[in-house]
Amino acid sequence: MPKLMLALLAATALTGAAHAKTIAVGPGPDAQERLQTALLDAKPGDVVQIAAGRYDLVDGLSLDVDDVTVKGAGPEATILSFKGQKGAGEGLLVTSDRVTIRDLAVEDTKGDGLKSKGSDQISFVNVRVEWTGGPKETNGAYGVYPVSSSNVLIDRALVRGASDAGIYVGQSKNIVVKRSRAEFNVAGIEIENSMNADVFDNVATRNTGGILVFDLPNLPVMGGHSTRLFRNKVVDNDTPNFAPAGNIVAGVPVGTGVMIMANRNVHVFDNEIAGNQSTAVMLVSYTQKFDDKTYNPLARDIVVRDNRIGRNGWDPKFAGGDVIKGLLGRDIPPVMWDGVTSHPQNSDPVRMRLTDGPVLNLRLPGPGQVDKANPDMTPNVAIDGATVAEPAPVVLPKPQTDLGAQTDLGA
Amino acid sequence: MRWLAALAALLCLGAAPPPGPVAPPVALDVLLAETPAPKLSDYRLFTGAGQTEANTGLTPYDLNTPLFSDYADKHRFLYLPPGAKVRYRAHGAFEFPVGATLVKTFGYPGRRLETRLLIRKAEGWTAFAYVWNEAQTEAVLRRAGARLEARFTDPQGRARTVEWAVPNQNQCKECHQLDRTLVPIGPNARNLNRDFAYASGPENQLAHWARAGLLAGAPRPEAAPRAARWDDPAAPLADRARAYLDVNCAHCHNPRAVASNSGLYLDLDEARPAALGVGKGPVAAGRGSGGLRVGIEPGRPEASILVHRMTSTEPGVMMPELGRALTHEEGLALVRAWIAAMPPQ
Repeated sequence: MPKLMLALLAATALTGAAHAKTIAVGPGPDAQERLQTALLDAKPGDVVQIAAGRYDLVDGLSLDVDDVTVKGAGPEATILSFKGQKGAGEGLLVTSDRVTIRDLAVEDTKGDGLKSKGSDQISFVNVRVEWTGGPKETNGAYGVYPVSSSNVLIDRALVRGASDAGIYVGQSKNIVVKRSRAEFNVAGIEIENSMNADVFDNVATRNTGGILVFDLPNLPVMGGHSTRLFRNKVVDNDTPNFAPAGNIVAGVPVGTGVMIMANRNVHVFDNEIAGNQSTAVMLVSYTQKFDDKTYNPLARDIVVRDNRIGRNGWDPKFAGGDVIKGLLGRDIPPVMWDGVTSHPQNSDPVRMRLTDGPVLNLRLPGPGQVDKANPDMTPNVAIDGATVAEPAPVVLPKPQTDLGAQTDLGA
Repeated sequence: MRWLAALAALLCLGAAPPPGPVAPPVALDVLLAETPAPKLSDYRLFTGAGQTEANTGLTPYDLNTPLFSDYADKHRFLYLPPGAKVRYRAHGAFEFPVGATLVKTFGYPGRRLETRLLIRKAEGWTAFAYVWNEAQTEAVLRRAGARLEARFTDPQGRARTVEWAVPNQNQCKECHQLDRTLVPIGPNARNLNRDFAYASGPENQLAHWARAGLLAGAPRPEAAPRAARWDDPAAPLADRARAYLDVNCAHCHNPRAVASNSGLYLDLDEARPAALGVGKGPVAAGRGSGGLRVGIEPGRPEASILVHRMTSTEPGVMMPELGRALTHEEGLALVRAWIAAMPPQ
């Protein structure tokens, strides 16, 4: 068989689409129904092309067809506005596999912005999610929000104003977040209860906290591990926390650069971290009460190395921060660790390689026992540090790797 | 598929001829066609001018505890192809034969808003919504959903207006899915196990279905599970509240459904307090938390996120996310009373 034919056959098999087509949607009356109909009519391989313009939508949109690209004319040109939203928990919900959302903006959703649930190979590229009234407690929680998904690509996203996390990846695996910008959110970028994430070449600025890696109990996917944060710019995170109480990020002190909580094997390197008033890098346990025998609340197997750390920690806003600063007689050191190394429920070893010191070790006997702190400052911390191997780079399936290699910023 | 219709017609011919003109039977071939019919009348599920009478083959049913739908009246029917039977299961939805169709018309007195169909095809269930015209003579397919303004009088006698939301086809699936497959929610053993006022007189639905040859494998009603009626003052408070949460929340808040990532599971069989929200912090609630710290704080409904989200009518806060625009005050009162009665921890 000729090679060309083989290639064609392979391409067809890959996309499952013999007659891929473009479904064009433009602004105007009945945009809600026309856009949603296009998302329902799309067949595997199709592109739903949303022309430049403003679309005033009153209900959430959703896509449940595999192998579809939803493409706007650029994040400043195609604007899906949910200012008048009357229903649904998000702007656009994707529940199918091998989907790309790109070159468009989602504004002022009542709940989350762009969400995927249970998707494999989900890509959000060159998108903007914004709450246009600035940081407010009444803004939606998450901007770009893949959850329970696998093979996640977030590339060149811009998120502003999320009352929880701008870019939030939850209960997912194999994740790349890069070349994105998160500002004026409570958390800029958050990786939660997830496995194998590479977060790099992003800017997290003017949030309450820059980049967070968390693990929470009582969830179907737990035991988050293997995340690399590198070449990010985590600077000037100075927006007062505006998250509604009850949410885990409501406890993030203003001016936190990188925060790692109850997660395993997290490597923080080659980042620029400066201008964060509470602390540059904070490593802590989960401190709330929980009823989950399988959960490990400690931060463990953490490497912090080779970051360019400027001035941080001059006015710490975490509990007891001012007292500690007074005791030390200096700004909070670049790396602060709660120092919890054992927990009655879990005997996993806690290994640390923290070479961007000085390191402030609070030496708490257990999670959150700040009243029993026995602070100690050392140039570095190494607890079996050499044995904490860096996770291999995250490799996404080829179509997503190719997508993420694009350098043109236009539509 | 035409032969199926012919076969159905033949089967009808075999039966004793009823008196008077016979309406053509339900168009099974249209139900099973690859694309949905543009008009509800194409299926011939209803007959008469204005499609007000259920055609032969449709059996009406009610549920012990139904989903709250903005105080709308709901008329439910099961259609089965001639000779086909539903297979009983004690737990979960029954096993329905190909061609089985669940028909549900929503409306307020004097006005039908929409009729939703769940059709069991060979490859699985599909869901469609048909919106009634102003003349109430025909309903047309609206795959992308719609908003309808409707007026009605609520149980307290107040005149109300609602922006009724007709779900889009994906939204049908959001609620009706388990393990990413579309399934019915309501018609299970425990929810059907109750009396219905048939033309022939009141009878237990499971017994009636079995006697009419519609249901195979069912035990006697006394041996089948039975969910509490949410509004039955004689039933224990916890049973009523749990039955209410099961029907109104657990289609998403279930380890196998859309809200699996929340870790909040409200199905009737869930026994773990933390999974039910007791002392459990929110995960991805955002402003939905309303500044409260846990899903359920025993003894304190006002401090429970569950109550806050059931009370709200604001998208992004309100729960369920789909299917209501108004607060169900009576259902809310039930859940509040249940939480208030829990011993504080």
